[in-house]
Amino acid sequence: MPALNKSKNKPKRLWRTRQMLEDAVLRCFLIVFFAALAANFTVPKFYAQDQNPIANDPKASKLGEFQFRSNCAFCHGLGARGGGRGPDLTRAQKRHGNADADLFRTINEGVPGTAMPPNGATQQGVGMTDTEIWQVIAYIRSVQVKAPAQPLGDAARGKQLFYGAAACSTCHMIEGKGGRLGPDLTATGSARATDYLVESVRYPSRRLAQGISEAMKEFSQEYETVKVETADGQKFTGVVLNEDHFTLQMLDLREQLHLFEKDKLRSYEKSRESLMPAYDPKMLSDKDLQDILAFLLSVGAR
Amino acid sequence: MEKLLPASLLLLAASNFVAPNAHSQVTPQRLLDSAKEPQNWLMYSGDYSGHRFSTLDQISTTNASALVPKWAYQTMAGGKFETTPLVVDGILYATGQDDRAFALDAKSGRPIWQYQRALPADIRPCCGRVNRGLAILGDKVFFGTLDTHVIALDSKTGNVVWDATAFDYRKGYSITLAPLVIKNLVIVGVSGGEYGIRGFIDAYDASTGERKWRFYTVPGPGEAGHETWEADSWKIGGAPAWITGSYDPATNTTFWTTGNPSPSNRGEGRAGDNLYSNSLLALDPDTGELKWYFQFTKHDEHDWDATQVPVMMDQGEKHLIAQANRNGFFYVIDRSTGKLVFSNPYAKVTWSNSKDSEGRPASLKEASPTPEGSRVCPGAAGATNWMSPTYDPQTKLFYVTAREQCDIFSTAPQPYEEGHAYYGSAYFPNDDTAPFWGALRAIDPDTGKIKWEWKHPSPTWSGVLSTAGGLVFTGDAEGNFIALDAAAGKSLWHFQCGASVYSSPMSFAIDGKQYVAVAAGSTLFTFALP
Repeated sequence: MPALNKSKNKPKRLWRTRQMLEDAVLRCFLIVFFAALAANFTVPKFYAQDQNPIANDPKASKLGEFQFRSNCAFCHGLGARGGGRGPDLTRAQKRHGNADADLFRTINEGVPGTAMPPNGATQQGVGMTDTEIWQVIAYIRSVQVKAPAQPLGDAARGKQLFYGAAACSTCHMIEGKGGRLGPDLTATGSARATDYLVESVRYPSRRLAQGISEAMKEFSQEYETVKVETADGQKFTGVVLNEDHFTLQMLDLREQLHLFEKDKLRSYEKSRESLMPAYDPKMLSDKDLQDILAFLLSVGAR
Repeated sequence: MEKLLPASLLLLAASNFVAPNAHSQVTPQRLLDSAKEPQNWLMYSGDYSGHRFSTLDQISTTNASALVPKWAYQTMAGGKFETTPLVVDGILYATGQDDRAFALDAKSGRPIWQYQRALPADIRPCCGRVNRGLAILGDKVFFGTLDTHVIALDSKTGNVVWDATAFDYRKGYSITLAPLVIKNLVIVGVSGGEYGIRGFIDAYDASTGERKWRFYTVPGPGEAGHETWEADSWKIGGAPAWITGSYDPATNTTFWTTGNPSPSNRGEGRAGDNLYSNSLLALDPDTGELKWYFQFTKHDEHDWDATQVPVMMDQGEKHLIAQANRNGFFYVIDRSTGKLVFSNPYAKVTWSNSKDSEGRPASLKEASPTPEGSRVCPGAAGATNWMSPTYDPQTKLFYVTAREQCDIFSTAPQPYEEGHAYYGSAYFPNDDTAPFWGALRAIDPDTGKIKWEWKHPSPTWSGVLSTAGGLVFTGDAEGNFIALDAAAGKSLWHFQCGASVYSSPMSFAIDGKQYVAVAAGSTLFTFALP
């Protein structure tokens, strides 16, 4: 009887001999690789799996696009430009590591605590082979913008606005400073497309931000608005941190946590009208918005 | 002394033959007569009818609120834990993620044996490294594996007794369903509708593992139905059979369901109805011969597998099969002829607004996926999926987990590559402001009307169990395992399991005490009255 605790993941080691023989593309790469090795007489900096072994194969990114459509586009959108659920992957800066090996790990193992699942673990898409993951990475590289996103505005002024006149920090935290009612925005600049960020400021109710993602739960909790009245007549308005059929965990406008059993409440009303005001151009000029985005990008790039 | 040992061994051997054991063998007759032993759960759906109904009534509407957990077993594995355990004479047999199997003392939860298949590194099962359970006969349990083998394990030790290769997993085939044992045959079907496989249903000799028949769910040249495929598209036509069938001993017919044609979201290149994809098949279990078929979705372009357990219902002289299909319609079919009795939507449907001459929902042209994307309800995950429904002969209601989600279906040409994902498409969540949600719906199978509904905050992958105690049990994505009043749909009890439920519950009894079991997270939970 085999032991129960076998590693379920694909072995993180050099490519298996059989696969190398089967894969003409890979074989070509290895010839070049070893030729380069022989020419330079240097120790290679990376093992094969640290860099995309099919990075230079033009077919790989096309095949990767098919994989991407099937497995990734549901959250990351067509063209990898990001959707309501998943970050914009055309950004040069990747939140969970930029190197090929980082991308491989992120795709294969997922990102715990986020909606990014391990390869093949959920209903969205199939389990990809190592080669298919490298194809997806080749595709992502092919649509990635060449340089890190350039700040469009004045980041220093954006910071002043964020913590000052625009009052973003009333509800949002960056690097530990600010309010708690809205999502922490420290990483947002590196994760989200500019279009998404603009939409979130101008029309915050159009796509509510995602909150807690529980392991194996298909959908993340969103920043819904909730109003409750307790049995003894206390009224609270705030955001839903989490809920199920029977219970509600919320943060009220004074940043107080409340944990309720729904059937003990006098009333309970949820809304998808965000607590965040819609910052129209009268409230926040395009210039001010660009400065704030520049600040978010500069923080996200750190 | 020298002679004593062999003599005592002989005596021991003889006593084994003579003395009736508490753990007597599971015979084909016991499987037919499963209603006579309600304390046991002898097959995936509880019995051959696919009812997932337990006649145990100790836990009832009056005392369900007192249910408490009795024990838990943790596989410590990640991924979806989809098993429905079997219980036979005090022993619980189940499977886990990554092709684990185990036998437990069903009263204490302590393991008797544990097995894990050494899987090749390059298996490529769609949708998780899952398994839904075992079948049992004699002193063996049967297990379909992710590398597309069918194996028999010794029920007392977990040792591999035989190992049969069904197909080459590298071509995109796998097995995730619980096999169905009929007479001396172990019947399985394959998964792989995402890879351009050619689906089939197999029967293996339970004693030897020898394959007795294979029914290809995509007919080959010269066979009836072959003309429903364009050119060579039949070779990669899909139509997997990845959920356990049911069996009618009265007519010696086994009913199996099939999944999507490949590629799932692109009809171009496979013009025709694409038989027998998305169909209910009536097969002779002895030969694998097709008696009749009913196709739910012709020429499917939305991944609407018909892989929901076929549920047999008898209403007087009428012998029926009910299915709440992934395409959003509830169908009642005469199981003697395969003719449709009626169909009625049980969830939001936008792909059809008329019926064909046989009463089947007819597809709207504009529901086809387009390069830019076209919004259709239900979405790709369907109005329901593989999670088991239940039919309660007391309330005469059919209970099913429903999902309210519309998707934007986009299509793109994709070359077929053996063993690689082959969708020809992408799909996206629609832009509706409201989030997707789910519900447990109680359907009156006489009319197709919904009698009551229990709303889930988000869609769940839990199946449903009904019991003679007037209860239905189900789980939700938020981790609750819930007991509801079967007649009214009111919750009577719930337990927070700590992770989403991706399995269908079952019930058993030991020493006169009724238990309910469900897998959630990586844990198998059992509950009983204190």
